This record gives sequence, C-alpha cells and structure tokens, in this order.
Amino acid sequence: MSAAALAYEILLMRLFSISQWHHFAYMAISLALLGFGVSGSFLVLARERLLRSFGKAYVVNLGLFGVTALISFAIAQRIPFNPEEVLWDPGQWWGLLLIYLLLALPFFFAANGLGLALIKYKTQVTRVYAADLVGAGLGGAGTIGLLYLLSPAEALRVLAISGVIAAAVGWIELHLRSRAIVAVLALFALIVWALPVKYSAPLVSQYKSLSQTLRIGGTRVVNQKSSPLGLLQVVESPVIPLRHVPGLSLNATTEPPAQVGVFVDADNMTAITRWSGDPGELSHLEYLTSSLPFEIADPQRVLILGAGGGAEVLQALRYQAGHIDAVELNPQMLDLVREDYGPFSGHLYDSEGVHVHAAEAREFLAGADQATSYDLIELSLTDSFAASSAGLYALSEGYLYTVEALRSYLEHLSPDGYVAITRWIKLPPRDTLKMFATAVDALAALGVAEPAKHLILIRGLQTSTLLVKNSPITSGEIALAREFCTRRSFDLAWYPGMSEAEANRYNVLHSPYFYNSARALLGEGRDTFVENYKYTVRPATDDRPYFFHFFKWSTLPEVLALRGRGGTPLLDAGYLMLIATLAQALLASVAFIILPLAWLRFRGQSPAKHIRKRVLSYFFLIGLAFLFLEIAFIQKFILFLHHPIYAVAVVLTAFLVFAGLGSALSANMATHFGAQQSVHYAIAAIAVLGVAYILFLDFAFAALLAAPVAVKIAIAAVLIAPLGLCMGMPFPQALNRLGESAQYLVPWAWAINGCASVVSAVLATLLAIHFGFTVVILAAIILYGLAAVVFPKG
Amino acid sequence: MHDNIILYIPPNEMKLSVHWRHFSRKSALFLLVVLMPVPQVLAENDYAAARKAMVSEIEADVGLTSSYIGTDELDPRVMNAMETVPRHELVPGDVRPDAYENRPLAIGYGQTISQPYIVALMTHLLEPMPGHKVLEVGTGSGYQAAILAGLVARVHTIEIIEELGSRARRDLARLGYDNVDVRIGDGYYGWESAAPFDSIVVAAAAGHVPPPLLRQLKPGGRMIIPVGSNFMTQHLVLVEKDVDGGVTARQILPVRFVPLTGGHD
Repeated sequence: MSAAALAYEILLMRLFSISQWHHFAYMAISLALLGFGVSGSFLVLARERLLRSFGKAYVVNLGLFGVTALISFAIAQRIPFNPEEVLWDPGQWWGLLLIYLLLALPFFFAANGLGLALIKYKTQVTRVYAADLVGAGLGGAGTIGLLYLLSPAEALRVLAISGVIAAAVGWIELHLRSRAIVAVLALFALIVWALPVKYSAPLVSQYKSLSQTLRIGGTRVVNQKSSPLGLLQVVESPVIPLRHVPGLSLNATTEPPAQVGVFVDADNMTAITRWSGDPGELSHLEYLTSSLPFEIADPQRVLILGAGGGAEVLQALRYQAGHIDAVELNPQMLDLVREDYGPFSGHLYDSEGVHVHAAEAREFLAGADQATSYDLIELSLTDSFAASSAGLYALSEGYLYTVEALRSYLEHLSPDGYVAITRWIKLPPRDTLKMFATAVDALAALGVAEPAKHLILIRGLQTSTLLVKNSPITSGEIALAREFCTRRSFDLAWYPGMSEAEANRYNVLHSPYFYNSARALLGEGRDTFVENYKYTVRPATDDRPYFFHFFKWSTLPEVLALRGRGGTPLLDAGYLMLIATLAQALLASVAFIILPLAWLRFRGQSPAKHIRKRVLSYFFLIGLAFLFLEIAFIQKFILFLHHPIYAVAVVLTAFLVFAGLGSALSANMATHFGAQQSVHYAIAAIAVLGVAYILFLDFAFAALLAAPVAVKIAIAAVLIAPLGLCMGMPFPQALNRLGESAQYLVPWAWAINGCASVVSAVLATLLAIHFGFTVVILAAIILYGLAAVVFPKG
Repeated sequence: MHDNIILYIPPNEMKLSVHWRHFSRKSALFLLVVLMPVPQVLAENDYAAARKAMVSEIEADVGLTSSYIGTDELDPRVMNAMETVPRHELVPGDVRPDAYENRPLAIGYGQTISQPYIVALMTHLLEPMPGHKVLEVGTGSGYQAAILAGLVARVHTIEIIEELGSRARRDLARLGYDNVDVRIGDGYYGWESAAPFDSIVVAAAAGHVPPPLLRQLKPGGRMIIPVGSNFMTQHLVLVEKDVDGGVTARQILPVRFVPLTGGHD
C-alpha cells in the first residue's frame, strides 16, 4: 500500500514535469504528506465507526486510492491553471487550491488504509510502521524501474489497477464475505479499466514551448521516447523549417540546414541538424558567439557537456577538432541521434574523432583519468531559455554551474585551454552575470591572483559566451577576439584591459549593462554590487546548488507594479510558487491539526494540557526533522552518485528501508532500555552521525568519486544505513507508548506528524536556497534534540 | 506564425513608476468575447469614435514608454494612418466589436495580430517615406500593410498561411489598397524579385534575423523584428544597415509573446 502511495508521488512528479514545470514536484511531495495528515484527523473523528467494520473500511479505502489516483489526475489536469498568472489573477489561486485538494485525495485514502491498520494492530505498531516504510522504499525504486518500461501515463494506470488489486487481496486476506464490497471493487476495476488513456496522459501546458511550436502549420510529433530521465518528443516541421541557431550573428550569410526539434518534457528544445558529413555545409556555425574559442585558438581536444542533438559537436567538427568527447545524460537522446536520425544527422555521433558518453557531466569528469586534459570544455545552453526565463526552473538544483563544478572543469584543461559557457541573454542580465561571478570565484579558489586577466565575455543579440582560462589571456588572443567580434557584429563585454568605449556597439542596449556589471564583479565594490543588484547573482555552490534562483524579495514590489503587463517573467516565479506551496501547506496543516483537537475537547476527551502540548511538540518536531535530513541527504548523495535517477532511487529506498528496519528493531530496544531511553539513544546517534557526515562526507566523497557506480551505490547504502535505522525509531516508539497510555491520541499524533512533514519538505528547500544544505542538517539535529527533551513521558 | 505582441517593461535601473492597465485581464475577457458567437454590429460612426479612442490610448502608451523609444510622440503621419485605417474591416466578424481595443486580436488559424500600439510603434520606427518600397513578413489580417499603404509607395507582404493570405489580399483589394502585393510563402527568404527594400517589418517571432532579409535591405535601410527564442521574452529590435552595409541592432523595447487560446479555426 505505501509502496503504491510513494509510487504515485513519484509518478506525479514526472507527469507534472511534462505538463507543467519542475517546481510542481514540490507540490507532489507536500500533497502526499497532506493526504496523510488529513487522514490522521479523519481517523480521529471516525475511528470507532471505521473500526467496527475494519475489513470493509480498509478494502474500500485501498480501492478508492486506485480509482482516485487516476480520476483525480484526469480532472485536476482540466482545471485551468497558469502559474504565470498567479500574481495578478486571484482566480488562479482557487484553481491551484482545487488541484491541490483533488490530488491529495488518493494519498488520503492510502493513508486511511495504513492508519486503520496501525490502529487495528496497535500491539504491532512497530511492525506495521516497518512494513509501511520498507514498502514505500521499494515502491520508490519500483516506480523508477517501471518508468523505464512504460510511459508515465501507462504507469499511472498500472498503479491505479494495482490499487484495486491490493484491495482485492485485502478482501481475500481478511476473509470478507460482503457482496457489496465485491460489487464496489468490480465497479472500481471497471472505471480504472475503461477510462481512456488520453485522460491519464499529461496535458501539456499551452505555455510550454512544445505547445507553441505545434501551433506552426504542418508541425507534428513524429517520435517519442520516455524514461525517468524525461520524455523526448521529436518534432518535424516540413512547412516552416525550424532554423534553430541560437545566437546567430546578424552578418550570417547562410541559412541553417534542415532540422528536427527534440523536446525534453515538452520544453528545452534541442535540434538535430541534417548533415551529409561535409564540414562545408556547416558554415552557419561560424557565426555564433560560441565560435569564439575556435576563432582565437585551435582547440584539438574538445569536451562537450550536454551534447543533446549535437549542435556543438557539429561546430567542433566544423573547426576540425581532432578529438571530441560528447557527454549527454540521457541515453535515449543519443539513441535518437545515432539510430532514428542516424542517416539524417550524417551519423554525427559515430564520426571519426567523436566519442559519445552517456553520463552526467561531473561524473564523467570525476571518472576521467587525471592526466586527461582538454583544450576546450564547452557548456552551451544546456538548459532551456524558456524555462529559465520564466523562472520556473528557479528551484531545480543543478551541479553544473556551481563554483566547485567550474573549478573541476578548469582542473581538466590543458595549460592554455578554455572553459566556454554560452547562455541565453536575458534582460536585465541574470545568468550571464551569475556565471561571470562564479568564474571569478572558481579562479580565486584555484589561487589565481587576478581573475580579471583570465576572462573574456562577449554577447550577441541572443546569447553570451564566457571564456575562462587558467593562464592569463594573451594580447594575441585579445586581438583575435576583437577582430572576430567586429566581423560578427558581436559586442565585447569583458577582456583584460577593455575600456567602456568599446562596449555596447553593435547590439545596442540603453547602457553597457554587461560591461559595467562585469567590471563591478571584478572590482572592490563586488559585494555592494551583488547586494544591490535586482537579481540574485551570488554564485551557486555545491551546498547551495540553485544557479537558477534569481529572485530577490526587494525586486518584488517593482515587478508587482508591472504584473498586469506580463512582468512576471521578470520574477523567476518558481521561488514564489514554493512560498505559495508553503503557505498552502501551512494553512492546511494548521486547519487539520486544530480541527481534531477542537473536536476532542468537544467530546470531553480532551487530554491533560501538558500531555497534549508534549505530544503536539514531539510529533511535530520529529516530523520536521525526519524530512529535513532525508531531503538534505538526497541532495548530498545526488552529488556523490551524480546520476539523478540512481541517486534518488538509492537514497530514498535506503532511507525508507533502513528506517523501516529501525522501526522494527525499536520494539526490541524498548524492551531492553525502555521507550524513552531508546529514543534518547537513537537521537544521540543521529546527532553524532549528522555532525560526522557534515564534517567528513565531502572528503569521503572526494576520495571515492572515481569508484564504479555499483561500488558507490553500495557505499551510499552503507552510509545511509545507520542514520536510517536511528531515524526510524523515534516515531513508532512514541506511538507505541501513546497506544498504551492514551490510545485516542494515536491518530492525532499521526496527523501532527504528517502535517509537520508537509511543511518540512518545502521548508527544507527554502532553507537550502538561502543557507545551504549543511544548515538544513544542523537544523534537523537541533530539532531532534528538542524532540528528545519533550518526549511524552506518560 | 504571427506574433501577437504586447509590450512589457522590466524593472531596470530606469525605474518606471507607471501603472499599467491589466492587459492580461483583458485577454481573459477577450477570450470570452471570442467564444461568444453573436457579433455585434456597430454603426460606422461608432467605429470612428472607437478608433479615435484607440489613438489616444496609443498616445498614452507612447508617453509611458518614451524613455525606451526615445520620443514623446510618434510621427503624426503614422498616427493619422492609425486614425483612418478601418481595422474592423480587416478582422474576422467575431472579433470586430473589439477591433479598436489596444490589444492583440485572434484572427483565426491559430494566429493573432499585434496590439495597435505595437503596430504604430513599428511603423514609426521604419521612418516611412512617400517614395519607399517596404517589405512586410507576416501579413496576418493585412492591417499593418494597410497602415503602410497610405504612407509609402509600395508594400510587399508575405504570408505563410494560405487562407490568411488570400483573405488579406481580398480585403485589401476591397478597401482599395491597390499598392499592396500579397504573396503566399515563407517570409524567411524575403521577396527577391522585388528587392531591395527601403525598410522591412517582421511581424512574426524569429529565432534569429534571417540573413536573406538583411541582404534585401537597402544600405541606409531599417528593419524592425521581434527577436527572442522559444516564444518567451523577446525584444523588439531595430536593425539598421548603414551606407557601407555595416549592420547594428538596437534593442528598443521588451515585448512579450502571449499565447492566446480560443482561436476559432
């Protein structure tokens, strides 16, 4: 059961990524937890009635989970909601709330089933809880496996059906004889079976670039591939060619060859270009800002991070690079270029000198031989402009653009090699500047005394390219860069010794924003500049990996004044969505904690005040702390395992399974030491482990970074095991205790804990954005410490 | 594809302390109107009054954006054209009652046409002269071409959607704009046989400035084009070719592509 609930949560994340944007993933987490919280309150109120016919209630709830999993999603999708309009259209809030509540329903039913089992078998709380956690862990891993086999829409159906099957199993196991139940289950099965697939397929928001592209006459989706890494959709446009050449110079004389577009989760388009194998067809690739490193030097060994459809590989071939390593995370993307579009792309990825690697960028570099060095390491527009300009990626953690990442790129360069980073230009400037600041920090971290001498920044109408070099930029390079910019009508925004008069010539802005900002970021007044800038341009780090977080509260009033006018893209709304989710979670939490409390008092069952306070605080604290730790360590381990899918699967599964085992063990511990004592032991262990991990994890990771994936997964599991075991204890111990002394408080504790988790998931992310994950872990330890103090004694 | 362009202003250093009307709210309203099947028929002089009101709205917008466009008022000849061209004759019947609202309109086939303020501004930036030959990419309803027709010698306009192109050709002929040539085709390649042009106006979203169009621009000529990518934030860009053929671009104004639903194709 809990396996299915977690599976549903992960599926919702996938489906939201396709139909809306990444930040909805946070909503999925908080939804799940809300459903559980509400269920706790519900059980308080309806406990007696439900327990009287436990079997029926249990089975029906499981069945309802299956049905609502499918139907809620189908209905929720059809509620019009545009996150960009949230700021000026209050109607959008109702839409969001409605979606939120609808989608919490399946979790509510799942939690009912679980909660009922917990009450019914109260003598075995630890075992039921253990089964719950282990099941959830396996469900998480299972879903990710399932997503390799099925599209998210199909997986959703499988899940719905499995809900109904679970109900049927329950019916048999509990030896129920009610015909009515059979009829109800049959009806559920029929609904799930008969609902056409199109209702469970994600409806892509009309504001995503795939929807926009499909409005062009003649365009259609001709191919699609799905995996947990994303949904790839290939679009052909026979009437109006796609002509995707971001950053093309005004002086370009040739048009790009035919292309097909590949969309990742209905966004982030990358193009596969038709090629016969003749570099002469690629002259348009000389007219991009990203051509700069090839124009001022002759890089032979090139590393391309985020190869996508292969535009950068083509460019490197155009400039006759002898050895090209192309790294792409999604193997299905490589398959598309190599197989489906093999002849079309001129077998680009199998060309001489081209080596393709399906890997995460930093994983690839970590695994690379120490002696490997490149003349050029290139990152070009590896996230979509659309998503980031609307700010909806603000919350997606990324380890490609942190100070540590840039440092590792620089460490893999030949003495005169470059790191080249091309970004979409946004006005007012955001990520170009943040990248510049990141480069300055990375150079400083490598002991470079004058970072200013190691940087060149140029910009065209649409893109900017930043070159970072370990050795100082030479006057020869400067001369070539200036000459290149003149020929292409690109503007220089920084080179060592540049004057303001040279900036802002061809693509004229109201003032030379880029040059002035670059100079400010290199000078004494850097901190003041960062402080006063309208957007967050403080570099991201591995501890605070939010490169796309540009939002500043101080800019909000100004943007709000423009809100009716489409000013929201300026706002990077992802952050605000997070706040909105938090507010919603908080409201819902409070409502559902207060509600049963009030009811209990009304029924004259009100527990003694000090007990109530202690129970409330204890379960609230451990609810907060558990998710703080879990989320923080998922992040830490993503960096270690690199591959996001493995990382999430391994970490989540390990955490839940070991917490489950911890729960099971805690019964034994309690008989040895007593409940309170064993909780104190567990919490002390958590604190020691947490601090130890903060201090030593980074070193351990650095030492083991190059180990094979299987070894790293095993290490991760071993590292998580003791923490998970300890974290699994405080909840069932206290619940057990409560079951003995104040039975009616059990579902209540369940509710408080659930609601704390709702808040915690979002709060942890907010803390991480502002203070980093280390602080999140410390906060969790303090919360656990407080919980130990207030442990309900009796 | 036609861009329905509305402008927005970023909170930049210049700090415009301006309160704008809620265009987006209007779009929502507009959707309702589109979906209502009963077109209201207004009398001719009602339209004239609506047109006058539209012109004062444009003037107000110009005032608010003066720091961007570098002037407090647009060319009086352009404003005169805005006040005389019957926009309602060029849009489909169901959006006719809104023909003089200062916002984008859906014209069918999944396409929309720009807000009148943007049409006026783009025309102004072209600096049209009576002897000029102008190329338009993205005919749409034919409204921009009609505005230009009264200001320059000849307008060549290209539309990729056949139904729209034919409709515009018919409507423009019916209204007596006989110096406009409409062609169905891909505007990326311009109109080679009629080139070079004194100015070029592009009303469609473009990922980059098409090289063929730049080639067909006379030295000293001006091109207005919204440049951006992936349908997101774009800039209205003025491209100028100097007498030696050197090219510079000036980012005039942030504009925004707003996808509108409820088309009636």
